[in-house]
Amino acid sequence: MGILRSLLSLRLASLLALLMAIAAPAFSQTEEDPGQALLANLADASPRQMDAAIEAIVNSGDPRARSWLDAFGNNRLSRNKDTGQVVVVLRNVGRDWTIADPLTGENLGEISRRELDRVNINNAIRGKLEGVLAMLDLYSTNPEIQRTAAEAMMGKVNETVIEPLNNLLAQDLPARVRDRLELAVAIYQLEQGDAQAKADAITTLTGSLHSRARAALNNAVAGDDPAIAASAKAALISIEQKLKMNRAAETLYFGLSLGSVLVLAAIGLAITFGVMGVINMAHGELIMLGAYTTWGMQQLLPGQPGLALILSIPAGFMVAALAGIAIERSVIQYLKGRPLETLLATFGISLILQQLVRTVISPLNRSVTTPEWMSGSLVINDALSLTLNRLYVIGFALVVFAGLMLIMRRTRLGLEVRAVTQNRAMARSMGIKATRVDIMTFALGSGVAGLAGVALSQITNVGPNLGQNYIIDSFMVVVFGGVGNLWGTLVAGLTLGTINQILEPWAGAVLAKIMVLVMIILFIQKRPRGLFPQKGRAAEG
Amino acid sequence: MASSQTWLLRPLQERSTQIFLGVLFSALIVVTFLHLFMPQDSALHVSAYTVTLLGKYLCYALLAVAVDLVWGYLGILSLGHGAFFALGGYAMGMYLMRQIGDRGTYGDPVLPDFMVFLNWDSLPWYWQGFDMAWFAFIMVLLAPGLLALVFGFLAFRSRVTGVYLSIITQALTFALMLAFFRNEMGFGGNNGLTDFRDILGFNLRTDATRLGLFIATGIALAIGYIICRAIVTSKLGRVSIACRDAEARTRFLGYRVERVQLFVFVVSAMLAGVAGALYVPQVGIINPSEFSPLFSIEIVVWVALGGRATLYGAVIGAILVNYAKTVFTGVMPDAWLFALGALFVLVTVFLPKGIAGLLQKRKKAQDDDDPATAQEATA
Repeated sequence: MGILRSLLSLRLASLLALLMAIAAPAFSQTEEDPGQALLANLADASPRQMDAAIEAIVNSGDPRARSWLDAFGNNRLSRNKDTGQVVVVLRNVGRDWTIADPLTGENLGEISRRELDRVNINNAIRGKLEGVLAMLDLYSTNPEIQRTAAEAMMGKVNETVIEPLNNLLAQDLPARVRDRLELAVAIYQLEQGDAQAKADAITTLTGSLHSRARAALNNAVAGDDPAIAASAKAALISIEQKLKMNRAAETLYFGLSLGSVLVLAAIGLAITFGVMGVINMAHGELIMLGAYTTWGMQQLLPGQPGLALILSIPAGFMVAALAGIAIERSVIQYLKGRPLETLLATFGISLILQQLVRTVISPLNRSVTTPEWMSGSLVINDALSLTLNRLYVIGFALVVFAGLMLIMRRTRLGLEVRAVTQNRAMARSMGIKATRVDIMTFALGSGVAGLAGVALSQITNVGPNLGQNYIIDSFMVVVFGGVGNLWGTLVAGLTLGTINQILEPWAGAVLAKIMVLVMIILFIQKRPRGLFPQKGRAAEG
Repeated sequence: MASSQTWLLRPLQERSTQIFLGVLFSALIVVTFLHLFMPQDSALHVSAYTVTLLGKYLCYALLAVAVDLVWGYLGILSLGHGAFFALGGYAMGMYLMRQIGDRGTYGDPVLPDFMVFLNWDSLPWYWQGFDMAWFAFIMVLLAPGLLALVFGFLAFRSRVTGVYLSIITQALTFALMLAFFRNEMGFGGNNGLTDFRDILGFNLRTDATRLGLFIATGIALAIGYIICRAIVTSKLGRVSIACRDAEARTRFLGYRVERVQLFVFVVSAMLAGVAGALYVPQVGIINPSEFSPLFSIEIVVWVALGGRATLYGAVIGAILVNYAKTVFTGVMPDAWLFALGALFVLVTVFLPKGIAGLLQKRKKAQDDDDPATAQEATA
């Protein structure tokens, strides 16, 4: 296969051509463009001559070669019957087709499709062309294109590309590209090579998590050679083991991610419910307000989702905290010491807030954009990749938790809150303004709900029902962890999230959720005060 | 023998019960009369639609009485009574499904339509027996009663009370809702059970059957009310009030608090089940949304509006709120949730004793005043 052998020299040649194209932009206009002859040659070629025609295009080192061959492979290369000019069809719908000049890329307008004569390609040529194009990309100086081409090589290696590939491997390559290509070659060798090559290939493939590698090994196990089959089997078993570990790591990651969402949603509740003893059924709606703040910020700053998201963190906190203060002042302060009534009144508030959002904004879900630096995923290996937005949420939850711990343990406000919680009358007689502490505590808990909303807007739908979906779960987390204990909330949230994710694969999402709820109900029977119960006088009442 | 009779009949000697039963039965008679004997075009005619609507309100009233029994007299705020209501409803719904026989869309003599649709080839074991009315009616009591027994046994034994109990009852009904939404459960999934034809051989779509169901609901409400009154005026009722006000002290006095709580809780769940069973044939459908936490908490606000620990207050609250709901959802559906939310807030903040509390206050004021001036005031 002459085409491919000649590709070796291509890198230099294409670089040269590129330089020329940059240095002499007038080149193609003033003199006869060599591309014209190349294309005409291709269009005129009989199927037998096509190899040579393609080879000529590749060897020319013309930077436009890729686009020509692409068009050719996609049946988009045609010849104008009148002028004999070779053109690229841009749009082939309807009677008149839009065409462009392949040499300059200039749009030549529309032309009746009867005027065009397609440059035909058969399947044999097409197969070779694909290999040629992939190789062209492998030689690309753009590392991104090179890597994608290397990925695409997996399982696509055939006798036409194996030799240039081996030559390429002898050169200096980025580690990732080399790794991919070695695997690709090994897969080919395992299928086609001699006994020694097969044995070597198995050694290379051992430990690879790529699905193609596993498929190739599976085929080898079913093959004729017992020695190869045995070693392939051993390789497969070790891969299986590694896969299992990766799956466990993935489940753990999803569990931690769900858990950190639960922690975020519940931690504000742990303050208002756990520390103040106020049942705030509108907590979910405060989360919703935080999420809508993010949406609103993005509406205010169109085109800058990242900045909007960062600004939403303080804004969401403030919006929810102010709403919390309004709720505390207007309703909760009158219901002190009547927890069941507080529950009902705040439930009423949650209904009003939900309906307010439905009426004012929309009953439909709003879409919140994820900034670029948060989308995508962190690829650990072929079987394990961690989505970035969830990673950020886990980090955010931990930061919020640490911040709250600091406030409760190290600041004047935290001290006063703990004092009022333990003995309100005594704290007041020591000069602490209990009412002010109530307001501040409730604002803090509500503000954290707002932060949860900002985080949730990145991983779930923002709609009027957002809060409702989390309120029962949040209460479960707080009750499971032990009321009045922030550490308990953290442990409970992460535990419940992980258990849920472990159960999900074999029980299904809904059943897993039911099982977790039933489990908590049973757990509460055994330990009515949660995982970490409060001790001493605080436990009463 | 004689003592048990007096135990149940004692409420009939109370003035409040007499008034309640008097009002209830006269309402039943008036509605029946207006429905049957007034000409169709008369302004006073009560249509079959209204009769069914009133029947629905009475079901809710019975449910509210059941909630008031545990909340008002036992101090347990159950946010999961909708689950017992729905279980009773499903038991009745299963009976009604089996009564359809081969008249369903797919014409299968045994399997309900949705099972045929899901390609099930035989009836699941828990559907057996529901073709017999007596079995279904026993299950109406047994299914919610059993759930309440198991749940209550576990909860009260480990002394889960107050807010904790409220939250786990809510989790209970939430878990059941998720479960019943699943097609694999065999209860019709999302769509629930519907398309009913007859009950006890009477066609459900005739006006006469609807009137009969309305009257039956009224009688059930009367009996439920008498049972609750009998419980709360008995010694057991006084112990249960003691549990509500000072659980620890009652326990120290030697009463087995958890047994009292369990008994009252199970009775209440069964009453809720009966209410659900009467609700389903009148509404014509039962689906998992009856399990939703929102519905359960709505029941509590009916009771709160009417006045806790009065029983008749619960009836007033249930009828008023549901009448308002009918009006609102008809005229301006968006405003209903605002109104309901505001109701929650206003009742708890400004009307902690509910409408019954207002009535009692007025009566007290009257009693304190000169009878003559009191009469002037009411005139």
